[in-house]
Amino acid sequence: MEIVSAVSLWLIPILIGFILIYGTLKKVPTYESFTEGGKEGIKIAVSIIPFLVGMLVAISVFRASGALEYFMDLIRPGLYAIGVPPDIVPLAIIRPISGTAALGMTSDLIAVHGPDSFIGRLASVLQGSTDTTFYVLTVYFGAVGIKKMGDALKVGLLADLAGIIASIVIVTLVFGNM
Amino acid sequence: MVNIIWVMLTAIGIVFAMINGTMNEVNEAIFNGAKEAVTLCIGLISILVFWLGMMRIAEDAGLLKILASLFRPIVKKLFPEVPGDHPAMGYMLSNMMANMFGLGNAATPLGIKAMEELKQLNGGKNEASRSMITFLAINTSSLTLIPTTVIAIRMNYNSASPTDIVGPTLVATFCSTLAAIMIDRYFYYRRTRKG
Repeated sequence: MEIVSAVSLWLIPILIGFILIYGTLKKVPTYESFTEGGKEGIKIAVSIIPFLVGMLVAISVFRASGALEYFMDLIRPGLYAIGVPPDIVPLAIIRPISGTAALGMTSDLIAVHGPDSFIGRLASVLQGSTDTTFYVLTVYFGAVGIKKMGDALKVGLLADLAGIIASIVIVTLVFGNM
Repeated sequence: MVNIIWVMLTAIGIVFAMINGTMNEVNEAIFNGAKEAVTLCIGLISILVFWLGMMRIAEDAGLLKILASLFRPIVKKLFPEVPGDHPAMGYMLSNMMANMFGLGNAATPLGIKAMEELKQLNGGKNEASRSMITFLAINTSSLTLIPTTVIAIRMNYNSASPTDIVGPTLVATFCSTLAAIMIDRYFYYRRTRKG
């Protein structure tokens, strides 16, 4: 499992170096391409502000009122028995429904538990290893007028479940137990 | 669905505050939550700008196309109904590549184009074909290579090593994609057995 950590450390710098050198060899105006693409980043960051404000306020209220603690206490014993930290449950539920809402929850979990805690890492991996099934389904099928979805929703949601289980198992293996 | 969850979170919180006498904390939470969200987004700008800039270079240099052609043999196995040189194949591969590099905005139009082509292949029917379901399954299991936004959030909260989740994310993504393909195959065989 140390290899996995090493890959994490090396992958990004190597990839960046490779892209820059390859781009230069292909005579891409690298700096101009970079700034053009970067503008997109500003747009994205600004456009998710309302989503994050909405979700983080709701979660903050839910937590500050004591409601979160109450529900966590209810489900805690059952989840611990199978090795799942209860704090991750709301994120796992919202991940297939809304990407931006899930992003809000992930950042909330990281803020509360710390980025290098078990839950912080689990939330990070979970966020990266599953996708917004409902969004993909509505946008892709909606755009081309597919009315009968067949097994698509079932397959998508089961795939999300697989991603959640895989995240829990792998984070436990790599970073140790909660 | 999000609407319901969002309202429930807030409404249950307020009702709980009435019962628990935590109205003070809730008041504070409303404004702190909003402030935190904006601070977070400003913190995200740096890495999003950097990464999307890098990805634009990769795209302009034709790296996405090269990767797509590398993966063509595997993808042909996944979509037996789609001829290898069909435009649907090209769009699906480009969509997957864009997803891998976190180019969500580039991925969506490519995905829609792929769906259009798949619909034509299916005789323009308004029901999902086998290939469409497989394509969606792969998409929803996420193909992230570099979880940019998550790394940005971790940096924002002073992680000792914000990128140490990249490896585990890769492995988890691989598992979930593999599972998605197997689940998709299972449902396909169940359908064909029935029909």
